[in-house]
Amino acid sequence: MKKPLVKVDVVNASSKDSKNNSRRKFIRMSGLGIAGSSFLLYGCSDDDMFNPGGEVVDPNPDPNPNPNPEVFDLGSGDVGILNYAYALEQLEAAFYIQVRAGGYYAGAPQEEKDLFDDLYNHEVIHRDFFKAAITAAAGEENTLPDLEFDVSSVDFNSRDSVLATAMALEDTGVGAYNGAGDRIADATYLTLAGKIVSVEARHASAIRSLINPDSADFAGDDVIDENGLDLAYDPSEVFEIAGGFIVTEFTANNLPEPMTGA
Amino acid sequence: MSIIKLLDDFSSEKLTTKSSSRREMFNTLGSFGKKAAAAAVPFGLATSGKAKAATAAFFQENSAVDALQLALTLEYLEAEFYIKALESGVLPAGRAETVYMQISKHETAHVEFLKAGLEGAGATPVSSPTFDFTAGGAFDPFNDNGIGQETAYAQLLALAQAFEDTGVRAYKGQAANLMGTAFLEPALQIHSVEARHASEIRRIRGLEGWITLNNRGAGMPEATQAVYDGEENVMQGGVDVTSLDFADPIVGDVAEAVSQAFDEPINAATANAIAGLFIVSEE
Repeated sequence: MKKPLVKVDVVNASSKDSKNNSRRKFIRMSGLGIAGSSFLLYGCSDDDMFNPGGEVVDPNPDPNPNPNPEVFDLGSGDVGILNYAYALEQLEAAFYIQVRAGGYYAGAPQEEKDLFDDLYNHEVIHRDFFKAAITAAAGEENTLPDLEFDVSSVDFNSRDSVLATAMALEDTGVGAYNGAGDRIADATYLTLAGKIVSVEARHASAIRSLINPDSADFAGDDVIDENGLDLAYDPSEVFEIAGGFIVTEFTANNLPEPMTGA
Repeated sequence: MSIIKLLDDFSSEKLTTKSSSRREMFNTLGSFGKKAAAAAVPFGLATSGKAKAATAAFFQENSAVDALQLALTLEYLEAEFYIKALESGVLPAGRAETVYMQISKHETAHVEFLKAGLEGAGATPVSSPTFDFTAGGAFDPFNDNGIGQETAYAQLLALAQAFEDTGVRAYKGQAANLMGTAFLEPALQIHSVEARHASEIRRIRGLEGWITLNNRGAGMPEATQAVYDGEENVMQGGVDVTSLDFADPIVGDVAEAVSQAFDEPINAATANAIAGLFIVSEE
């Protein structure tokens, strides 16, 4: 039996940490469009399915895990997480490509151009690396296709708009990788994710410094909590933030749950 | 919306949540400890003395605990370094002092968090080693021995960069040892904070926030080269990333860009060796 097709419900998206509400609010304010997300979820709940420890037993076995073959599903297990990361890297790369084609970049001081050249390089490298890695591991048919993005909510002639969006994307990337780490089964992939997330964190710090020089914002109290811990987002939170940019429909129905041994 | 307005909104939000921060911290620590204890379920929850001992034994021999103890040692080093830096009078007011205060706050929190996590898991946290930030007289970062403010300040920044870049690599190297435990996610959350710190310290020193090849960067003492060895790696998951046919052209040198795009881990032995330069051996 097919599960009903529903739009992702961003308001009731599950969260590990209710404190993230304030962060979410902040990201919303910073100029990221969230409305009109075309990201789709089939009515499944993250938490209902959680099965601590042992074998994953689907209480409601679905003979067809992807009920709509026209829409790409990120997949299950590590491939699902790799595709999830690939989607974010595609978005970041697409954003920096637009930044470098825009009016702000054209008139920016050399130092800021250099910074955006580096960020562009790194995200293009991450993007194309994921494409190659997932294709090699799971085949082209299981690799997320090239996504189409709508970044028209960003004013690429405005330094404020570009920097605010860059900050939101980089912070979201950090939170996404941090929140996905315990869903990865293979140690090599976990280390790979670690190699990338710290670069995203270096980016976030750089952009934050540019927005507010001589401040503590590079690792500000808005993103680092009282225990000195950075953001960690569930996939549902990440799609809530990034979904507004994503035009191509895809689903995330089979992403693995955290494996905490609890 | 202007950035200024954004920051205003932030500040007021901070003020309203400040009073509960202490309680939140303990709540988080409590649940962290609970999760940690639950991670030992195969050996029974620590309800009886015997079970408690079994839990403790499990964790004392567990690579996850070793990983956390290493992390705690590195956090002790960082926390003490930043406290002494702030007390030294070497830091100029303004950016450097603001940044060191923020980092100091985080490193001290990391120490407390890791100690609580280890205790919650039934393990005894290692105690702090005795640190010598002169590394046997090679440096004088707090100007204790009269090297002069300017040189001391340069050394304060250089050591901070080395400690932060080491922290990033060391946490990364321990991630796999924390798989399947409730410690992995908070460790990753600390890992990225260290990366934010590293990026900022590097910029204060006039460098980019990321590491190019195995370059330690201008002005870094040669003694810190071990922190950067291996960062030039371009092989990821068995793929030579420089050989990919990039769909959009890379600006500048591809090997440099690829090395920047991936930070590399170090193992416990390397992390201990680097930290060991600043630890007074107990003989």
